[in-house]
Order: sequence, then C-alpha cells, then structure tokens
Amino acid sequence: MMSYTIKQISIFAENRPGRLAAIAEALEAENVNIYAFSIAEASGFGVIRALVSDPVKAHRRLTDLGYAVSFTDVIGVKMRDQPGGLKEVAQVLGGAGINIEYAYAYSGRKEAVLVIRVDQVDDAIKAIQASGGRLLEERELS
Amino acid sequence: MEEMPKAELQALQFKYLKTLVYRLYSFSPFYHERMKAAQVHPDDIRTLQDITKLPFMYKRDLRDNYPDKLFVGSQDELVRYHVSSGTTGKPTVVGYTQNDLDNWATSVARALSSIGLGRKDVIQVSYGYGLFTGGLGLHYGAERIGATVVPASVGNTERQIELIQDLRVTAICCTPSYMVHLAETAQKMGVDFPKDTRLTTAVLGAEPWSEKMRQRIEASTGVKAYDIYGTSELSGPMFSECSEQNGIHIWGDLAYVEVLDPETGEQLGPGERGELVLTMLQKEALPMVRYRVGDLTSYDDSQCECGRAHVRISRITGRVDDMLIIRGINVFPSQVEHTLMGIPELGEHFQIVVDRKGALDSMLVRVELRPTAFSDKINDLMALKSRAAHALRNSLNVAVDVELVGPGTLTRFEGKAKRVVDRREI
Repeated sequence: MMSYTIKQISIFAENRPGRLAAIAEALEAENVNIYAFSIAEASGFGVIRALVSDPVKAHRRLTDLGYAVSFTDVIGVKMRDQPGGLKEVAQVLGGAGINIEYAYAYSGRKEAVLVIRVDQVDDAIKAIQASGGRLLEERELS
Repeated sequence: MEEMPKAELQALQFKYLKTLVYRLYSFSPFYHERMKAAQVHPDDIRTLQDITKLPFMYKRDLRDNYPDKLFVGSQDELVRYHVSSGTTGKPTVVGYTQNDLDNWATSVARALSSIGLGRKDVIQVSYGYGLFTGGLGLHYGAERIGATVVPASVGNTERQIELIQDLRVTAICCTPSYMVHLAETAQKMGVDFPKDTRLTTAVLGAEPWSEKMRQRIEASTGVKAYDIYGTSELSGPMFSECSEQNGIHIWGDLAYVEVLDPETGEQLGPGERGELVLTMLQKEALPMVRYRVGDLTSYDDSQCECGRAHVRISRITGRVDDMLIIRGINVFPSQVEHTLMGIPELGEHFQIVVDRKGALDSMLVRVELRPTAFSDKINDLMALKSRAAHALRNSLNVAVDVELVGPGTLTRFEGKAKRVVDRREI
C-alpha cells in the first residue's frame, strides 16, 4: 500500500546564534540528508521542521542530545515548477474546505514540492488525487 | 512619646514585653509550644535583655499556619485583613484589631510628622490600595496628622502628575522606582517639578534603594526624599527617617529592635550589619515576637539630632534569604518554582532575570520545555507560554514575561542553585 503521509521531524530551538548549526551538525554526523526544511519563528523561540532521509535516526540522535523533537505527519504535493503551479494546489485544497496550518516548498531535481500540514490529512489526500494532482511518497525521499 | 528619654522608653518597653509574653503564653498555642520547647517561662523575663531567651518567629511560621492559625483572639475582634505573598503557594495573611490599626496609623503619623509634614500638606498616596499594605497604611497615617490625602493608588502616571499640579500636592508617597518614573514622565510632559508644582517631599519605600538613587531623585525633582520602612507582618509601612535623613526611627513603644548575626543568632552591637529582628510590643491580632524579618541593616541607639531617642536602623542593604522585591512586591524564587511545577509541560529548571526598563522593574522567567510536551504547533507553544505567564501573574501579583527554552539549555548547579540574575542598579 502506498503511503502518502510523510514523517516530518520538528525540533524546538531558541532564537540564538549557532542553534541551527548545532542541529545540522548532529544530522550530518548521522549521515542524514535534509531534503526540505523551514524555520517558524515565534517570540523568543522557533520550531525547525524538516523532511530528512532517515527521520527515525534523526529523531533518536537529536533526542539523545537533549533536544525536544517530535514527528508530525505531513503530505507533499507535487507542483508544476511553472507560474500558476502553487495556485492549482491551493485552489484544490481551498475548494475542498481544507485549511493549511503551515506549508513550505522545495524545488526538487525533477519537480517542485509543496509540503503542507493540515488537520484533515485523509481529506486532503483524496482532494488532491481527485483533482488529478500527484503526491510525494515517503520512499521517494530516501 | 516621640520625645521620651531613653531610660523611660526602655522601662515602657519592658512593661509591654512582660504583658506580651504572658498573653502569648496563655492564649497563643503556637507560641506557648515554642516557649515550652525553648524551656522558657514568662517569669524568666525579668529584664529587657531577657528577650534573648525567647524563641524566634520566622516567615515560614506564617506559611505553615496559613491562613490565621497564628492569630490570637477571636474573629469578632478583627476589623481588617491584608494579604501579601508568601514563600510558596500560600500567601501571608495579616489580621488587625482596631487597636492594631490605630497603632499602625499612629506610627505612620509620627513618621510623617518627623519628616516635617502636617495639616497644611497635601499628600498624594501613590502606593497600591487594597490587599497590599502600602496604600491604606500611608493613607490613614496621613489623615491622622490632618493632612489632605489624594488616594491616587498606582498607575496612570500622566493623570498623577496633573493631580500633583492641580491639587497643589506637597508630598508624595510611592516606591523609589515609581518616583523616578514620575520624574521622567513629567519631563516628557514638559512639567518642571520645582517650577510647576509645590512638591517638596517624597516618602519612598517598599523596595530597597540606595543613597545614590536618593541623590539622583533629589537632584532631578528638587524634592527631599525620605526612606520609609515596614513589612506587612509588622502591619505595613510604619517607620521612616526624620528630617535629619540619617536612619529610620523605630518607635520604641511599638517595636523592640535587635540586629543579629544571621548565622549564629548572636546579638550584634550598634553599627554592626546583620539581620533585623523585631518584636512588636503592642500588636494584638497577629503578635510578632523576635521576628526574623530577613532584611540586613544595623542599628544606632544614640540620641538623634532631631531630639528623638528612638533607635534608628540604617538603610536596608539586602536580604538574608533570596527574596526579591519587584515593583514593591515581595517575590520568592520558591513561589516561582511552586507555580511552574504546577504546569506539567514545563521542566524543573528555570531562571529569573530581573531588570529595570527605564524606571520600572521587569521580571523574566526563562523555563525549560519538557521534551515530551513539545508540540510542532507554534500556537500550542504560545498558549503554554501565556498559561505560564498567567499562572505566575496570579500567584506573584506581578506581571512576568515568560521565555520557553529548550530542554537542558539552562545552567545546572551542583550546590545551591543560582536561579536569579538581578541586573538592576539601585
């Protein structure tokens, strides 16, 4: 069975110089590759979210180092890497009444991908597929 | 009373002490037990110096006997409560009989008169009114000397400055940091205190301040600034400097002063710095005997230039314990800990950073997030942060900023934790 939900790792980090470098170094040491990531900033702290080649290994390593880490299911929607690509995806979700909690994008070797976090994961997957859209599979990342 | 010679004053103190000890031995189960444990009987108190045979009372006794188990007498004799923060979750409750309120007002009235204030003065009381003792304490003392009182309470600084101008206020009572804030605000409003107001006197207390700060306040506002002292356990603000500005007179008929070495409990001599210990000689509802106030000071029992023989204590220079005073409110790190531990998403490590932004104290609590409580959602983290700030605000009565930090990022201490960073210059 194909899985369209992807394990994202999220890391709590204070807004301080060197925090991101320390986290990236820890992932490098485990030979974990980062495909996409974003930093969300609030007052005084931030949340780093990333899609990585081995989320379980990354989680273990960062937890051992004392970081607050969690897994979150997200979905990756493939977009046309052309003007209007994002609009198509956003219209489908909007039309299905699905709210995007947060999103970030990356431009892969073959195509662009929009990573989204929604409350109704299954509804979102159905809506994208029904509109002829394509979703990123977790195995495509490793 | 104010001009009573030293020998007469001491004879009076002894008389009050005897009465107090007999009364407590008979009617206070708490102090009766404590005297038994110390193997001291009221008959053992034969001179004023014998006070050293009596056992101490501590702040924690108030907490352990919350809310009113230390009170002597019955409920129908009580006419008021005040409540201040305790060392942990439970606050300190002080009850007053009518005589307690009268003595308190008399004490403040004497203090204000010794500064030179009287019937012709208009006194603005800019301490908080309510459970805090500052507002009502100064209020009744100022009325007692026949002055006109402006019960301004705290906040709305621009309006306070308008009142000072329009009501021709001559004296203000507030915290030293609020006085600095008033002066800065007045300057922004284009109000020049010496030229545009009749303010000549500031009676400042409820938080520690320095001689340097007095000079700054006097130079920038043109008023004479006087130090006033008290804590809610004693009744509230009670004692102040006289016109000499050279030590705070402790009225001998109301309180007996000792200064002890905080480590050994040995009495120290005049001029030696140690922990202030007070025995309230006439207090009825909540008697305080040899109460370890926790403030560091020294005493001077020589005759003051003003003619009064009542013992003077020097400016308070610090605390024996880790109590902080934030905008006039007592805050114990143990209270912060107690409150934070009530929130399961937070770890056990925290740090308190106190600073002064402009003239006002600010308090930041940095606390570690528990790894298992980490949510990927920013909104959840923000909600946790405001929940912590709200809980601290409720238990401390002081606004607190909260900063969530990652697990393991705060310094660990092997010995006694240094949880407080105080950046204020006073």
